[in-house]
Formats: sequence, C-alpha cells, structure tokens
Amino acid sequence: MMETALFYIFGGIALLAAISMVAQKKVIYSAISLIICLCAVAALYLLLEAPFIAAVQIIVYAGAIMVLFLFVIMLLDPFSASILRDKRKFIAYAGVMLGILALALLIPFLRSYKPSLAPRNPDILSGVGTAGRVGQLLFNEYLLPFEMTSVLILVAIIGVVVLAKRRP
Amino acid sequence: MDLLHYLILSLLLFIVGAVGFVIKKNIVSVFLCLELMLNAANLSFIAFSRHLNQVHGQIFVFFIMVVAAAEAAVGLAITIVLYRNRSTLNVDDADTMKW
Repeated sequence: MMETALFYIFGGIALLAAISMVAQKKVIYSAISLIICLCAVAALYLLLEAPFIAAVQIIVYAGAIMVLFLFVIMLLDPFSASILRDKRKFIAYAGVMLGILALALLIPFLRSYKPSLAPRNPDILSGVGTAGRVGQLLFNEYLLPFEMTSVLILVAIIGVVVLAKRRP
Repeated sequence: MDLLHYLILSLLLFIVGAVGFVIKKNIVSVFLCLELMLNAANLSFIAFSRHLNQVHGQIFVFFIMVVAAAEAAVGLAITIVLYRNRSTLNVDDADTMKW
C-alpha cells in the first residue's frame, strides 16, 4: 500500500518535471526540471531495492553531469538569453502528435506483454542491489567491460580537451 | 507495484524526452532531452532487475551512466565549438551536412 502510494507520488513528480522540462522556454529552467526528475527517479530506484544505483544517480547524474550542463549554460547564456524564436510553429504540434501516436501504439503492446517470467532466483536477498553486491558482480563477472569503460572515459577526456582547445 | 506500471512510466518518460528532442530548438535543450531518454531506459532496466530478482540489470545501468557522462562531456564540448564558430545555438542553423 505504502509502496503504491510512493510509486504514484514519485512517478508523478518525475513525469511532471519531465513535461515541465520540455515546456520551459529557458534552458536553465529545463536543466533544473531535469534535476528534479532525476531525483524522483532515484527515489523510484530506492523503491525497486537498488540503493547503490540510487546513490550513483544522485551523485553522478544529478550532481556531476547536470553541473556540467549548468556550467555550459552559464558559459553560453549571456549571449543566447534571447529565446530562440520558433519559425515553424507546426513542428511543435507535429512533435506532440508524434508522441501521442507512439503512446497509442506502444501502451497496448506493453499491456499485451505478459511478464509471466518467474523470478529466476527465489532468494530474496539476491535482488537487492547494495554496494557490496553490485561491486562483487562488477569486479568478477563484468571486470573487462568495467576496465574498458575507463578507456572510454579517457578517450572522452582527450576528445573534450582537443575539441574545446582554442587553436592558436 | 508490478513490472507493468514501471514499464509504462518508463515509456512515458521516454516519449516526453523523444518529443522534446524533436521540437526543441536550443542544442543544450536537445542534450537534456537525450539525458531524459537514457534515464527512462535506466528505469526499465532497474524494474526488470527487481522483477527477475537479480543484480545484472543494475550493472547495465551503471555502464549506461558512464556512457551518458562521456556523451554529455563530448556533446557539450561540441556545443561550445559550434557556438564559437557559428555564434548560434539553434540546431536549425547547423544544417550544412543535412541535405
């Protein structure tokens, strides 16, 4: 009962924040709406018994990545403070129509899907994603992909430095 | 809560992100919508992880977050370079390679 109420509260917050993000004219308000949405989704992760991922969501997503976005917005905003005028108004209506069409197509599809797959592991503790459990899996079974992500981050850092450096 | 509710919420978030991706003009807003779509995919990963009662889905969410961080960093660097070269943030002004 409690879980249902929390699901509807945080799901509603996430959805409203997402819609507000798309509806806002100014980018800075969009970014703040997205931060609210990410925090609500982190609460949903806690409901789904994934506390480690919830913490990572707050720290990395709502913390680091959104701070990066806010830095770029602050860097560019004085010049782009005038809201970009929409020359073709019909694009917005066409986009909303597209979204409604996709919903109308996909929700019956989801409802027809019978999630009858029995839980593969009946041990109740095995599904709880604490830091220990996630780390154990990450450093044993997924060690190679984990090491490769460090290379990916390194490539991203080098790419950013090369891209953003001023040519003399 | 059962799996279907979480999947429908994930679908709604994804579609809001996709609509925003199509209709937004500012390139930074487009990136924000991209992050929202990645987040919706993460939510369905975690929902399935709970449903199947194992942690493997959460590892995938971890990797998606890493990719999202790298993508955001490179994308924002491209935004800054675009602004430096074209003095615009409108995606419609950067259509040299479109046609």
